[in-house]
Parts: sequence; C-alpha cells; structure tokens
Amino acid sequence: MAENEAIAAAFADGPAFIPYLAVGDPDYEASKAYVEALARGGADIIELGLPFSEPIAEGSTIQNAIVRALEGGMTPDRFFEFVEELDVDVPLVCMTYYNLIYQYGRSRGGEPGPEAFVERAAEVGISGFVVPDLPAEEADPLRAACDEHGLDLVFIVAPTTEGDRLEEMMERVSGYVYVQARLGTTGAKTDVSDQTTRSLQRLAEWDVPKAVGFGISSGDQAARIVANGADGIIVGSALVDIVAAGVNSERPVDETAEKLAAKARELAAGTREGAARRNADIADADSA
Amino acid sequence: MSTDGKFGDYGGQYVPEALMPAIEELDDAYQRYVLDNEDGFMDEFRQRLADFGGRPTPLQRADRLSERYDLDVYLKREDLLHGGAHKLNNALGQVLLAKYMGKDRIIAETGAGQHGTATAMAAAHLDMPCTIYMGERDINRQRPNVFRMKLNGSDVKPVTAGRGTLKEAISETMRDWAATVESTHYVIGSVVGPHPFPAMVRDFQAVISEEAREQAHEKLGGLPDSVIACAGGGSNTMGAFANFVDDDSVDLYAVEAGGSSLAVDEEAGVAPNSASLSTGDEGVLHGARTKLLQDSVGQIMESHSISSGLDYAGVGPELAYLVDEDRVTPVAVDDDAALEGFHRLSQTEGIIPALETAHAFGYLEEHHAELSGSVIVNVSGRGDKDLQSAIEETEAREIPNAPDMSMFSEGI
Repeated sequence: MAENEAIAAAFADGPAFIPYLAVGDPDYEASKAYVEALARGGADIIELGLPFSEPIAEGSTIQNAIVRALEGGMTPDRFFEFVEELDVDVPLVCMTYYNLIYQYGRSRGGEPGPEAFVERAAEVGISGFVVPDLPAEEADPLRAACDEHGLDLVFIVAPTTEGDRLEEMMERVSGYVYVQARLGTTGAKTDVSDQTTRSLQRLAEWDVPKAVGFGISSGDQAARIVANGADGIIVGSALVDIVAAGVNSERPVDETAEKLAAKARELAAGTREGAARRNADIADADSA
Repeated sequence: MSTDGKFGDYGGQYVPEALMPAIEELDDAYQRYVLDNEDGFMDEFRQRLADFGGRPTPLQRADRLSERYDLDVYLKREDLLHGGAHKLNNALGQVLLAKYMGKDRIIAETGAGQHGTATAMAAAHLDMPCTIYMGERDINRQRPNVFRMKLNGSDVKPVTAGRGTLKEAISETMRDWAATVESTHYVIGSVVGPHPFPAMVRDFQAVISEEAREQAHEKLGGLPDSVIACAGGGSNTMGAFANFVDDDSVDLYAVEAGGSSLAVDEEAGVAPNSASLSTGDEGVLHGARTKLLQDSVGQIMESHSISSGLDYAGVGPELAYLVDEDRVTPVAVDDDAALEGFHRLSQTEGIIPALETAHAFGYLEEHHAELSGSVIVNVSGRGDKDLQSAIEETEAREIPNAPDMSMFSEGI
C-alpha cells in the first residue's frame, strides 16, 4: 500500500492540526484566500471539500457551505484548477462523495471508475482522499488507483466501528485514520466526548496516525484531545461558521481570512499545547 | 440476489461509517424475522395487514377498459388498502420490525406525503413515537397529508435545504439516523437506499404480487400476459413484479414519469422528468449504486413530475438490474398522458387514481396495441390526495377528456 510522503512528514514532528473548508465557498477567489489563511495560521495538512449535491454525512453548517459553493459554480474541474493555483506548502487531502470520483472518467469521455479522478488529483498536487460514503468493502478500486499514484486513502472510524469492520478498514487505510469523535454528522460542539477516548484506545494497536474530528471548535478542546493521545485534530464546522458569518454580514474577504487565520493559530497552538502536556505526563510517568 | 446485497453491480452499502452498525443490525433482523419468520414475525405482520390494513385487496376486472382496448384488463386495487395506497405494506412491516428489534423511535422521510402518512398510521397503530422529515416545498404542496401525519401523532419536521423536496428529506433523515442509530429505526419509503432496504421493502410489498398471482389463477385461470406498474423509487413496482419475475411468459412494464420532456437541462441542473430507468446513468446515491438522473460530472439533478410521488432522481437498484437484464421494460409517459389517464379511469371505471398510478393508465392508452391477452395494472393508490393538483394541472393544459370545471373559475 502506498504511503504519501508529504502526509507522513506532516505527522513526523508531532500532532498535526488539520482544518477543513468547502472549496468554492462562497466563491472561487474568496475561497482561495481562506485556504491560504489556514496555511498561514499553522495548518499541517488541509482537507479540501469538493462539493457534492447530496452530502449525507454533513451537518447543516457544512451542507450550507456546499450549497453556497455549488451556487458559486464549483465543479470537479474548477476544484482541480483551484488546487493547482493554490499557494500553500502543506499536503492537501480531497474530501468528497463517491459519485463525483466515480463519474469523473465518464465526464472526460471515458469509462466510469475512480482512475481518471485520482490521476488528475495527483497531477494537481492532492496527497490523499477522505470519502465519507465509501465503506471499506467498496473501496478496492479507489485504493488501487491511490496506490498507483502514491496517494493516501483515509477512512473514518466511528464510535461504533469495531471488530471485523475495523479490521477491514485498517487493512486499507493509509496516511491517517479519521476518528469520528461522536455519533451524528459534522457540526461544532463544545464538550470532549468519552467516545473519543474509547476509540483512541481501540485503535492503539495500529501505528497509523489517529486524527480526531467532529465537533472540535476551540484550542482548549484541541489540547485536551491531543493530550488524550490523538495524533491530530480535524476542524471543519467551526471554520466554516466563520466563512458563513462573513457571508451573512457581507464582511470583506480579507477580514474573514484574518479571522480564519486567527482561529487556525488558536487551534494549532492548542494542538501543540496538548502534545506538550502529553509529553509532560509521559515524563511524569517515567520518573514515578 | 446475492447475499452481499448486490443486484449485479447495483445496490451495496454506500453510507457513512457511523450508519454501518445500524445497517448490519437491520440486515441481521431482516434475515431472522422477515426471511426466517423468527418469533412468528411474518405471521403477525400478515395478520395486522389483514386486520388493520384490510388485505387482501381485490383483483377487479375493468370491463370498460377491457372493451376499449380489446384486452382483459384487471386492476390490483392497492388503492383500497388502509390509507389509500400500497405504502402501508412497507410502513407497517418496518415499524413492526423496529418493535421486534427493540427500537423505541421511528423516523422517516416523505416526498408526496404518502409514505409519511403510512408511517404515521403504522407508528400510531403500534404505539411508537415518530418523526417525519419533509421538504418545505412539499409541505406546502401536500398540506392535507401533513395534517394526517400530525393527526396520527407524528412530529413533522420541515427540511429547508436545497429545493426542499424528497432527496433533501432523505439526506436529512439519514443525518438524524447517524446521530440516533442506537434507539431509532429509519423507515425508508421505497426499494432504495443501502442493503438491506431494497430487498426488505420489496419483500414487504411482494404481498401485492403474491395475492395477484393467486387471484389471476382464480379469475384468469392462469398467469397474466403482462403486469404494468408505475415506477418512481419503485416500491409498488417491485411489489407488483416480485412474484412474476421468474415467470418468463409475463411481460413486466415499469412506467416512469416522462414529465414535460425526457431531455435534460444540464446548465440548470434540472431533468424535467423522473425517468431514471429510461434515461439515467449508473452512479451512487443515498447508499446504493443504481441508475440516476445526474449531470455529466455526477451532481444529482432535480427531477420533475406532476406526480410528487414519482419525483425522485434515483430508482431501486433491483429494478435497474432487471432493466439491464431485459426482464423489465422501462417506459415513460409524459405529464399530459398521465392526466388523461387520470380522467379516463375516473370516468370509465369510477376509480380516481393517484397521479402516480395514472401514468400506468397513460401507458395502457398509448401502447395497448402492443399488448395482448390479459393485463394486470397495479392501482398503487387513490387520487383523493391529488385533487387540487389534478384540477390545477388540468386547467393549465389541453386535456381532451377533462370535465368542464369552468363553473368554479367563474364563481358560484
């Protein structure tokens, strides 16, 4: 199985902060400024959402972002152009739904199937994929295409994922596992779930990095989750909320970008703070 | 069907990971209770369909249509099932199954409101709390059905995302389920979604063709030559076909909503029809690989039909498979022909059909010359729910066999 070097490097120096935005929300140019702001704010990896018309795994915050992006004219080809033009030097992971990956070959006059999409993604500099409606059992064609182009395929592990299902997934995962902090869809919450701790324990025997997402909105939460053993934190809705507030109040793009960079700095600092706490705990345990 | 929930390459389980345990639990319950009749589940289901639902429904000869087309036309009267449509077969089965599984809450999506009202009735009958998600636009188009759901004690939640129709309501119900899987069963309304839903809903609806097959033997002395049913998601279709699929001599026609045109408007993302079997391409939607109305890059199109119950961009994966295998013939009937069918059945047989069902009669009128011998048409539902839109849509067009309603526009 291929391992993408850029993603491996992002986890090499300690826990990673992984923000998400829907590409094209609310329009192409603003979205580019927002993604670049996340990189400035200290992102180690960025998840870029390619909007699909039926995003069944998303809560209302990200769903609305996807609607704005689609209304703004985002398409798979525009997405690839966007990634190509983006001025950031962190690895980029494409998060989208399987139908868009599957149909891309046909839209270019070929056969349906994931190969054409993955090839194009690799060409523009994507390092991996998260596909929330693709279960491990159906993932072999996409896994094979990723292997061919040296890209990672990230799976989402839910609080309810265990046993054979977990094994199936861990056999096919690369890059990192997306640990879903709680049941339900994406959306900003404030507590840290016990479900997260139990998921991290269940995954401890595998050495692939574990990044926790769903409901993380503050640096303080990020710190606690990393201190509890996460190798990364993924934040989407809390950032999309900032974009939405900017749209609703007609704030200038650079002001929203600055707010996103500030939020990213808070979350990145929380991630590092959590790592420091965990190392201190380990040091305490060693000296005891 | 193979055991992995596939119909050829169609079907499968394309769902967020958080739903997988619920789907595996449901698959286990489907096999034990539905397929193996554990704890007498199917016996109780059949008994309740009889006592609460009023089954069996008649197979009635339509004398005047038979004469008109020089065929033996028989009507499978699902419009006489409690609630006025075939929908109760599935809703009652699933709500009862949820009880056997120890769930304490029901959720469902609804487009036209027929599945919502059937689920609300079944939930009230079996004393289960029930929440129904319905697109905001559909709520406004189908107010009487919203009243019925609320009268039966269900909570109706408007879905404002997208265009506020069925596909948004399905997405929203899946979101609720993802957060509540441990206590809640999602009663999906058609033979769509991830395995085991397409097979399970077909099995609950198969009572239609099980009865029709027996009734045909009594009344026709054998099998019919053809079975015709309308197809949106395809639950009445699969119910009417299931027990005839292995009878190669019986031709099966799935009548889709041709809307105003079978062409698509790629720019606007709109297909002015719901004919996914006739015109769709393979893709993945709402948990299954099936035939879909989608644009060239794979975004799902907004479908259209005068009948909101057929208005869906996907179709059951088993129907897609049977069409590829040439076992089921997909045909499309446009809005005007469906309206003519609506008026014709009302006038000639004294049965006001649902606009969904009216498509099947539109096909019969246009293609009766290609049929021979005996034909069973599944009357999937009655048309009381559609009176308002039938009258408005009729007024907006030239429908030659429509009654004169000018006394209303001129004021009484």
